[in-house]
Amino acid sequence: MSEQKWDLVIKPKSSLIDLRLKELWKYRDLLLLFVKRDFVAVYKQTILGPLWFFIQPILTTAMFALVFGYFGGLKTDGIPAPLFYLTGLTLWNYFSECLTKTSETFIKNQAIFGKVFFPRLIVPLSITLSSLLKFGIQFLLFACVWSYYYFIDGNVHVIPNLTILVVPVLVVMMAGLSLGFGIIFSSITTKYKDMNFLLAFGVQLLMYASSVVIPISMMGKYAWIFKLNPMVNIIEAFKYAFLGAGQFSWFWLGYSFVFMLILLFFGTIIFNRVEKSFMDTV
Amino acid sequence: MTVVLKAENISKQYRLGQVGTGTLSHDLRRFWFKARGKEDPYLQVGVENDRTAKDSSGYVWALKDIDFEINQGDMVGIIGKNGAGKSTLLKLLSRVTAPTTGSISIKGRIAALLEVGTGFHPELTGRENIYLNGAILGMTRTEISSKLDEIVEFSGCQKYIDTPVKRYSSGMIVRLGFAIAAHLEPEILIVDEVLAVGDAEFQEKCIGKMKDISSEGRTVLFVSHNMASMKSLCEKGFLMERGRMTHKGEMNNIIETYLATTTKSSDSGEIPANASTINTGIAKYKRIQFVDAKGMMIERINYKADMRFQLELDCQVPLKDVIIDLRILTRDGIELVHTMNKYTSADKQPLAQGLNKIECTILNQLQPGNYTVSIGVHESNGLTLDFVENIFDFSVMNIGAGDDAGYTYDFKLGYVHFNSTWKIEN
Repeated sequence: MSEQKWDLVIKPKSSLIDLRLKELWKYRDLLLLFVKRDFVAVYKQTILGPLWFFIQPILTTAMFALVFGYFGGLKTDGIPAPLFYLTGLTLWNYFSECLTKTSETFIKNQAIFGKVFFPRLIVPLSITLSSLLKFGIQFLLFACVWSYYYFIDGNVHVIPNLTILVVPVLVVMMAGLSLGFGIIFSSITTKYKDMNFLLAFGVQLLMYASSVVIPISMMGKYAWIFKLNPMVNIIEAFKYAFLGAGQFSWFWLGYSFVFMLILLFFGTIIFNRVEKSFMDTV
Repeated sequence: MTVVLKAENISKQYRLGQVGTGTLSHDLRRFWFKARGKEDPYLQVGVENDRTAKDSSGYVWALKDIDFEINQGDMVGIIGKNGAGKSTLLKLLSRVTAPTTGSISIKGRIAALLEVGTGFHPELTGRENIYLNGAILGMTRTEISSKLDEIVEFSGCQKYIDTPVKRYSSGMIVRLGFAIAAHLEPEILIVDEVLAVGDAEFQEKCIGKMKDISSEGRTVLFVSHNMASMKSLCEKGFLMERGRMTHKGEMNNIIETYLATTTKSSDSGEIPANASTINTGIAKYKRIQFVDAKGMMIERINYKADMRFQLELDCQVPLKDVIIDLRILTRDGIELVHTMNKYTSADKQPLAQGLNKIECTILNQLQPGNYTVSIGVHESNGLTLDFVENIFDFSVMNIGAGDDAGYTYDFKLGYVHFNSTWKIEN
């Protein structure tokens, strides 16, 4: 037979490190449409609409300030309790929502995945992006509260500094980490649904073990154990940039960054492996 | 002729029963074999794809050693009984899941239509969903924009295009879904039974569109149970049986082979246990007999002699308000007669638990030729309890009965005889 040039060859397994990013790029329009769908469809037929983006963090912050700050008497590095908790929550909310949603990629989208092919990675990517939009809106809330304490209240403990310039990098790292963890969990849950249960309360427990509630300064000599959680270093750097409280360390930020890169690399490999035949096991 | 799709030795293995217990241990064993450079131990086991046979290995081959080539511009139909592996094959071709062994090579853009309207979001409007669904099927945003007007017009939903699709009727959703898919313009289009839905006018439109696609030099692969549309659309056919591709060739021959190989009733009219295409276990046909006026079993009948079918239906529970139907098809699969107990004196007559004897007499207007019979029993809401396809073959002879007994007719055209009066004026 003469030499044939094929556009596509379907085989049981492909090579491990073929990340198929080119194919992903071809479907970029789908990515944007998914982001739009997630963002637009959620609040259709609600009266308050996007206002819900604000209500949720406001109520949680109020509750935290009441329980931990007022009744619990936990220290907040001299920062007003509402501002302190809101800072951590804004970041953690993104991480936990994005992680939980991406981890359900295969299970929630069975119906579509079972009928049509497109690079499955589009779905977790779209969740990461649409959650980022939501984060942007909640960041506005944070900015308002922060401005109040800094400009109007004139709180002496709130000392923003030049590390604010690093914040965009922090946001990217945060997104990368939640995406990386999310796609790994979603790959495992196609076969072993136990992971869903673990994740559901795991994320919540992890929040208390991060510096959302307890400032890292209170953790003493065991602080490094907490810092092994890559999200902690991001939250700390963010707090330091805006509030002047918390710990900023290039070393630990670097650790989180490398952690994210490795996570994303292996996450993509595992995800690509699973997506080919997950329909048989899910 | 260039080959645009080539499947080599593809097989697909599925695990039977629940995925869960034992999954981890099987995975570990697999890993252990692989680590020592041996082949997957579970590829050696597994039985042929036969729904009725019991199996102990826990694995089944939904597809086994499939090889075929499709040339550019071909319109190929795949036929086979339920569970023969047709849909699994389409899933592999459309990359929804990967084959266990073998490889598929494809030239050009491939689009699969295993369902219409995949990914429609109920809260979004028709227009927004066109973009979303188009992108899911692999179109770019600019491509969709340029075809938007055509799509909307083809679907016939102009008036509702800015209304959320959750307000659409199911027919409208299908129309919109097919309209998008029809404007995909892939080099290879794979279609699975989507034509079974929608009204007659729309079905005709869909078939027309598929003909257009193939006349433009594109390749179409089509799976359907509707032999008539298969016949009118496809020149080539594949026949699948129990996960294997048993016949390839001209569509007409393939349909005849298919109908000839389906399970038939025995000489005494008994229906084998595995003959049903659909069965819920609540009711099951046991026997079909074709008898003459004296009650003798026959396989051939005189021209214009009444046809009498005697059926035995075994019910697990008493059934009320069921529809019993009988279809007569030509040997190449065209449904000529569909008759049921509805609107007759036997309408809504309950069926007792155990064996029920049913008799159906049909005024014979069939032209001489060979025919086949399918029988079914359904709940009044449409749920099929038992459906046995092509279970009995009979012929109508070209010898008359009754008034014109012994008279030999010698025409062969057409399937149905109508009374007609003629008048000639000069």
